[in-house]
Amino acid sequence: MKDRGDNCACDCQNKDKFELSQLDEFLDEVKDMQGSLIHILQKAQDIYGYLPREVIAYISDKTGCTQAKIYGIATFYTQFRLKPMGKNLIMLCQGTACHVSGSKDIEEAICKDLKISDGETTVDGLFTLNNVACLGCCSLAPVMMIQNKDGEETYGNLTEAKALDIINGFKMKMEQGA
Amino acid sequence: MKIAIGQGSCGIASGSKKIEEAFRRHVAENNLQAEVTITGCIGSCYLEPIVDIYQDGGQMVRYVHMTEDKVDKVVRQHLMGHEPVEEYRISKSGTDFLEKQTRIALKNCGLINPEDIRDYIKVGGYKALKKAIFEMDGKTICQEVEKSGLRGRGGGGFPTGKKWGLVAAQTDPIKYVVCNADEGDPGAFMDRSVMEGDPHKMLEGMIIAGIAIGAQIGYIYVRAEYPLAVKRLKKAISQAEEWGFLGKNILGSKFSFEIRINLGAGAFVCGEGSALTASIEGNRGMPRVKPPRTVEQGLFGKPTILNNVETFSHIPFIIANGAQIYRGIGIDKSPGTKAFALTGNVNKTGLVEVPMGTSLREVIFDIGGGIKNNKAFKAVQIGGPSGGCLTEKYLDLSLDFDSLSKVGAMVGSGGLVVMDEETCMVSIAKFFMDFTEQESCGKCVPCREGTHLMNEILDDIVNGRGTKEQIDMLMELADTITTTSLCGLGKTAALPVMSTIREFQDEYYAHVVEKRCPTGKCKGLKRIEIIVGKCKGCGLCLDACPVNAISGKRRQPHVIDKSSCTKCKLCIDSCKFDAIVEI
Repeated sequence: MKDRGDNCACDCQNKDKFELSQLDEFLDEVKDMQGSLIHILQKAQDIYGYLPREVIAYISDKTGCTQAKIYGIATFYTQFRLKPMGKNLIMLCQGTACHVSGSKDIEEAICKDLKISDGETTVDGLFTLNNVACLGCCSLAPVMMIQNKDGEETYGNLTEAKALDIINGFKMKMEQGA
Repeated sequence: MKIAIGQGSCGIASGSKKIEEAFRRHVAENNLQAEVTITGCIGSCYLEPIVDIYQDGGQMVRYVHMTEDKVDKVVRQHLMGHEPVEEYRISKSGTDFLEKQTRIALKNCGLINPEDIRDYIKVGGYKALKKAIFEMDGKTICQEVEKSGLRGRGGGGFPTGKKWGLVAAQTDPIKYVVCNADEGDPGAFMDRSVMEGDPHKMLEGMIIAGIAIGAQIGYIYVRAEYPLAVKRLKKAISQAEEWGFLGKNILGSKFSFEIRINLGAGAFVCGEGSALTASIEGNRGMPRVKPPRTVEQGLFGKPTILNNVETFSHIPFIIANGAQIYRGIGIDKSPGTKAFALTGNVNKTGLVEVPMGTSLREVIFDIGGGIKNNKAFKAVQIGGPSGGCLTEKYLDLSLDFDSLSKVGAMVGSGGLVVMDEETCMVSIAKFFMDFTEQESCGKCVPCREGTHLMNEILDDIVNGRGTKEQIDMLMELADTITTTSLCGLGKTAALPVMSTIREFQDEYYAHVVEKRCPTGKCKGLKRIEIIVGKCKGCGLCLDACPVNAISGKRRQPHVIDKSSCTKCKLCIDSCKFDAIVEI
């Protein structure tokens, strides 16, 4: 199993796609730190956008944690993704206040518009939709946060139309940028 | 002159960054002698974006619902013309919201710049720390906190001083202070507000806890969903280090203390003590069997103090002013104040900090301004997915740990989600059960399987497949889960269902017997019907139906077979006589 990282067995064409050495500096930094595994996975996800198989194998190699343990952690916490994410991550709040204010209707509208469901990424790779527990902006419910390489922005008092407008705004921006 | 722009997450989401830019632009263009600064969330989230202008005499003028256009006028008329713009100012009802509160944890939120330690020091910050270092020792600190009667604000309400005393009594030389900032309860955001608006206060509380038990390291376990809070905490920690309040030999004393931040990776169960420490240790956040308790064997197997943000934020006040003054606030068995996050169908949403023992009615109606759109009050969910719902008859109940647990609810983290007459209580119960089922860590069977089974039954009920027996089954399952689960998450998971069945039995029966949702909110219970008098028997709907659920002879009223209808509503669109309706 150890060599998986360098020589992916599946035909995903991902061979050598990830510059694994990008992690080295951080791995070195936390070498002597107790309980660093979650920090490492968070850092890896920061760098690669998700946790690819190769990266998990590499971390296992470097830290001596079994891959089973790493997968155990990566699948336990909702923050970690094992699949690539879209350029914009839509975090749609499904907290109590948002639920009472109609967040499900907004989810339906977004899903219909982007043709994805919770946890999925659009075919063009622009958007990933994640339902999240609570963003803590309950007084502006319903709320969503959109995260991309420029940072994150929160949008409140959503209606179905407003949410779609915001998403369309991102689409236009992306098209212009491209 | 100083212009302070509210920039908590909620302020920023309402557009306060743009307002800040506009003010900066105007101040620069017009060469005005005014300082533009930011502040945290004042708690009147429904009025955001909020801008405070401090005039040179010290008087403050507060503007609410600001927009970029309004900035123009404020700059011309107020900053340049020294005449406040009356129509943009906060109204009497707006100031009432704040004036009716008593604030300890949230006192500085929205008033000081959270990114500047000098602001915190100016309002008396780190005085308590000096007192703790130079005038007190571990023992007297623990005693003072115990005398204050402070109880953990994270839910359980365990006496904080007692907890600290237990940790201090442990002989292990290594001990830890852990701050639970993993505010996972959907509907509560007071901890976020403290971290974003007054981060030094909780740091000060943690450092004092460190002195009390002789710990050298503190951990803050904060949700990754709170990026702004994390940013401000990091800044606050580095400033506190610069000023000598954190690090080696604090303020020249022998005491050293450092604070580290751990980002929670998104698991509600990590609010539970042993799950939280497991997560800091880099493992799956799963609770373990107790004893040993966290005070004996917590983080890395060492004695650990674990309190939440709000609890730590009360410490500087208690140390600086003494336990006696603190006890003067609130009621005998629950002294002090509690911050509640008031949300849902209420007029004034935001953070409300009131003395323990205040009634629900005061919070929802006097401070919160009553129910939105003049609708009737139906219930309030207190304590999130671990709490219960309270109806009108409990409105005069005192909000404190003991009174609430007597009626099958709990203070929890302090989320108050107000629901109006149009809220379906069965679907609310289902919502919470969905949440706990997803968040159950899966370690113990009653919680893992029980929440799943309960959720399945609730799913049947809201979709019209429920039976009366299933309601009894729900109660039975609830009882089993409550009594046999391993940790707090499981033990309280059934509370929302039990309390809604108790208070709204009729609504449950309407769903299972009449197959009807009294509020019309449950989509699964809606039916498509053809009105006999209006149907001309033209057959258009028959052609439109993709599942052949409609039958009927030409020129005679058609009927819909409910068992095969998928409620796609194509028939409604096709009908030219408005003879098909959804009910």
